[in-house]
Amino acid sequence: MGVDLALEGPAGASGLLAGDAAGDQRGNLPGDLQAAKKRSSLPWRQPLAIVGMVVVLAWIVVAIFAPLIAPSDPLAQDFVQLKAPSAEHWLGTDELGRDVLSRIIYGARVSLPLAVLLVLGAMIFGTILGSLAGFFGGWVDAVGMRLADIVFAFPGIILAMAVAAALGPELLNAVLAVIVVSWPAYARLVRGLVLSARGSQYVIASRLLGASPLRALVVDIRPNVLGPILVMASLDVGNAVLLLSGLSFLGLGAQPPTAEWGAMVAAGAQNFDKWWIGLFPGLAILTVVLAFNFIGDSLRDALDPRTAKALRD
Amino acid sequence: MSSAEKRTTTTTAAVPVSRKRARHGDLWKFLGKRLGIGVLLVFGVMLVSFLLTQRVPGDPAAANLGQQAIEDPAAVAAFRAKYGLDKPLPVQFLTYVWNVLHGDLGLSQQSHRPVSTDLAEYVPATFELAIFAIVLSLLIGVTFGVLAAVTRDRWPDQVLRVVSLGGVSMPTFWIALMAFYLLFFKWGILPGGGRLDPTQTPPDHITGMYTVDALLHGQWSLFGSALYHLVLPGLVLATYTIGLLLRFTRASVLEILGNDYVRAARAKGLPERVVVMRHVLRPALVSIITVAGVAFGSLLSGAVLVESIFSWPGLGAYAYLSAINLDLPAIMGVSLVVAVVYIGLNLLVDVLYGVIDPRIRLS
Repeated sequence: MGVDLALEGPAGASGLLAGDAAGDQRGNLPGDLQAAKKRSSLPWRQPLAIVGMVVVLAWIVVAIFAPLIAPSDPLAQDFVQLKAPSAEHWLGTDELGRDVLSRIIYGARVSLPLAVLLVLGAMIFGTILGSLAGFFGGWVDAVGMRLADIVFAFPGIILAMAVAAALGPELLNAVLAVIVVSWPAYARLVRGLVLSARGSQYVIASRLLGASPLRALVVDIRPNVLGPILVMASLDVGNAVLLLSGLSFLGLGAQPPTAEWGAMVAAGAQNFDKWWIGLFPGLAILTVVLAFNFIGDSLRDALDPRTAKALRD
Repeated sequence: MSSAEKRTTTTTAAVPVSRKRARHGDLWKFLGKRLGIGVLLVFGVMLVSFLLTQRVPGDPAAANLGQQAIEDPAAVAAFRAKYGLDKPLPVQFLTYVWNVLHGDLGLSQQSHRPVSTDLAEYVPATFELAIFAIVLSLLIGVTFGVLAAVTRDRWPDQVLRVVSLGGVSMPTFWIALMAFYLLFFKWGILPGGGRLDPTQTPPDHITGMYTVDALLHGQWSLFGSALYHLVLPGLVLATYTIGLLLRFTRASVLEILGNDYVRAARAKGLPERVVVMRHVLRPALVSIITVAGVAFGSLLSGAVLVESIFSWPGLGAYAYLSAINLDLPAIMGVSLVVAVVYIGLNLLVDVLYGVIDPRIRLS
């Protein structure tokens, strides 16, 4: 795994993922994945995964029904500014007298859809580039993978900062910046999977029967690539939430008065002696990211033949 | 695994009598190739950061020269000529590369000093913080990672699993704020910011890392103070890498525990402690150190968020200020430095790995 891991590592947050991607390239074909799935305990039987799913579902419900749940308008300013948690404002009010609880509830409508959007964006872009690189090889492969290497050579948030700064501080630009930072991990994984599937008998057979390269890629190879990609994407949502809220915390993402969790923590940093302003939005981020990591970790354990082997012995 | 085994057997069969010499040749070829890729990557990073800054509106000459000079056409022309701004884009890029190779990273628009001077001042502060954090992460992460692996599926493992997942799920900027509030503002146990107390003067510059410089000068109380100031930002910065290393250590120790030679060691009657310390931890450490090298790079990212809260005058705080002020030469300088460190670390890790494990450089 050494060289692969070392090269793929610089994604920082996705270092562990990249390690797994290398493992997948080494011979963990989808067939093995299926077998591993049967061998070890199923992810939904694991308590942590259940906790994770419940928390994620709860946040989705909160996001959908925000106007019904929130006690007040997230943008409504009150005369009682910086008020500690009380019966009236459960989680207190911020520097403009806005209800912190309502803002957190509405914040779910910002962070969750955007996190899914940017994981999808990175996945689609990375998958297209990775499959073209893996299937056609040659200069397509060389150019695509060197591009991925360059992005990997930047630490995530610094490249995202540079992109967000260059495009202008705005939430959608921050999303774009995070996509720019996170597609290479997908490209690497897909390339490896396509590369190993390309040489298999059934693809060669299909090409001999006259299938076009595109048809072989879409019809014959895609089903074998889709599973690992989806696993990786579900693992990535947590990282996406962290990166995006980090950019907003730095003032390069959501702009006031949008109720976004990272920006709310930044407001808490401005008034650090009023602990409730920063504490609760941060807890919201933590619960979402933790929930996705619970799910992802269980999925990985269930699908990774290496840990599965150790568990069997 | 089977492909790796196959690879080893074929290579041993293919390497004939002059095995030793062949290996040395391979090693040099491997090193040269890696170095070449590294140089290409640095070049690529420069290209990307150069292109990014082209997107930003505004006249660099106006931003750099200030009000008086902008009214002097000769000064503007001289500035444009120096940085090649009057030439087409590819020439501008080559001028930029040329200037960088000669140590000229341009002028920072916030500090009105050369970016290289700024960086020389801020880089050691971040390195000191990151080194402190990685040492802390290794100590805590590896110890508890081994504990989790040997108690797998029992309660210590379950608890550590939640703890490590918590570590990697925690928003760094949030834990920084909370630690600042509790440990500094509320309880006053630890200093809340800066590298030394305001009354203290930094040690004479040798490395720029206060703890190291103070030690080299034998200034013990200054060393103590610098170390004391490191604790809070260092701990916060380490939360993520502790979680990461804990999880990785657990996984790699578990992987090795499944090997036949471990079973043989146990069958031989060795106490479990010896089996784990000698036969499991040692091979595991190789890959753990690799991940630690990569994690060190991620600490540089984390520094952006941590330094701005603890007013730590380092690369991260500088990057943040450059980004919000659209100080392009500074942003490019920071990206370049961080990317070079990243690429250098990966190169080092690759080389270490190649030296330790011949299979990798042969493949």
